[in-house]
Amino acid sequence: MAISDSQAIRFRGRSYFALTLTPEAPLGAWLTRLDACLARSPGFFGPSPVILDLQGLELAKADALNLVGALAQRGLRILGLDGAKAEWPGDDLPPHIASGREARGAESQMRAAPNRAEPMRKPASQLIIEEPVRSGQCVTHALGDVIVIGSVGSGAEIVAAGSIHVYGALRGRAMAGAYGDESARIFCRKLEAELIAINGLYQTADEIETRMRLQPAQIRLVGGAMRITSFE
Amino acid sequence: MAKVVVVTSGKGGVGKTTTTAALGAALAQTGDKVVVVDFDVGLRNLDLVMGAERRVVFDLINVAKGEANLSQALIRDRRVDSLYLLAASQTRDKDALTEEGVGAVIADLRERFDWVICDSPAGIERGATLAMRFADLAVVVANPEVSSVRDSDRIIGLLDSKTIKAERGERMEKFLLLTRYDAARAARGDMLSVDDVLDILSIPLLGIVPESKDVLRASNIGAPVSIGNLTSPAAIAYIDAARRLCGVPVPLIRPVESKSLFGRIFTRRAA
Repeated sequence: MAISDSQAIRFRGRSYFALTLTPEAPLGAWLTRLDACLARSPGFFGPSPVILDLQGLELAKADALNLVGALAQRGLRILGLDGAKAEWPGDDLPPHIASGREARGAESQMRAAPNRAEPMRKPASQLIIEEPVRSGQCVTHALGDVIVIGSVGSGAEIVAAGSIHVYGALRGRAMAGAYGDESARIFCRKLEAELIAINGLYQTADEIETRMRLQPAQIRLVGGAMRITSFE
Repeated sequence: MAKVVVVTSGKGGVGKTTTTAALGAALAQTGDKVVVVDFDVGLRNLDLVMGAERRVVFDLINVAKGEANLSQALIRDRRVDSLYLLAASQTRDKDALTEEGVGAVIADLRERFDWVICDSPAGIERGATLAMRFADLAVVVANPEVSSVRDSDRIIGLLDSKTIKAERGERMEKFLLLTRYDAARAARGDMLSVDDVLDILSIPLLGIVPESKDVLRASNIGAPVSIGNLTSPAAIAYIDAARRLCGVPVPLIRPVESKSLFGRIFTRRAA
């Protein structure tokens, strides 16, 4: 049976946010540091796919294969490679991805489409949650600030592109500037967090200064270091 | 209009079954027609706590699968006329429950009873989610300790997202019943205080059941604690909680406790 034109396959461009890992030479030492980081907060990456940024690394294909294998052993699923060499043959590596845009292959296939625009940037928006965020719930907002009117329970997670405001106790995890924004901040009425992170830099409950516990707090990055201040 | 109540907690061993039996018996003694339904397929206990374990012929699974009708499966309590039990199956597992089957049984029970009280199994899997699925309101049972409270917080999140009521955009009514409460231990900081628990869970308090030997004894003799010796503090707490469920404004007197030491416990747990 012939397929009519009206049943054409739909495909379109869509942009996603993904975490990007940037390995540094020498790779052995970098993997050791990664292990230390993962040991401190297992499950930090969770099931999220990760992009591997190989730009600036002089790797042979075998090295890249080893690296992807080593990361897979650590439970990291590599969605794509940025900065991979075009001449690397075969499909045993994750697809190549050019920074922040579609893979080249996809681009050439889609060239026929007139005026393919850059991914549209939506204006920054805020997400307001008027209920407590309960243990096991995960709120992710890839476009702006997250404001919680209520508490964030132990075992709950807030991930925001911008800042996080909690008008209650912060007992779970809060990751502000999670897609790269060092000016993001975290505010809460009572700091009891299990983990706080800004722009990928994080502290666990153990590392948070004891005198700040249970205090109304503001958390931000100053000169690449996390600073927690009270605002009472 | 029947009310379907789920008694749930997330964590096991906090007193869901005891609470189901005690609230059911207390409500039935006001003259309302009450059925308590055991959803803990494979690990049933409600029949024992109700003292009806030797009278179970058909169970929830039989009815849900159409192998028996409700009248055959309902077991009438010998002490309180308007109290009935629908037991769980001990030989099946929770996968035997289907949403359609449970939905049909609950709809049928709504026609016959004033109160349908569903005893949820522990955990957040199939049995627990189906027990809460058709509920109008929830009694969240928690002990004053951090693991129980965190699990209850998780359950409240599920009540607000996975129930029919929540999916329709309606508000699920939720009440906290704090069980095994020991004021002396709370004062020493071995347990969370009432305020600590309320602060974390932020849902209204239905009652505080003190730690009591009467509860254990009642389970062992197969009589809900709210039947019989009504001088026990636990019995009074359950009877008051049942009256509050009916909308009677019974004042809640908190057991005496001193300053909260939540911070100390939390710091230890956070490691």
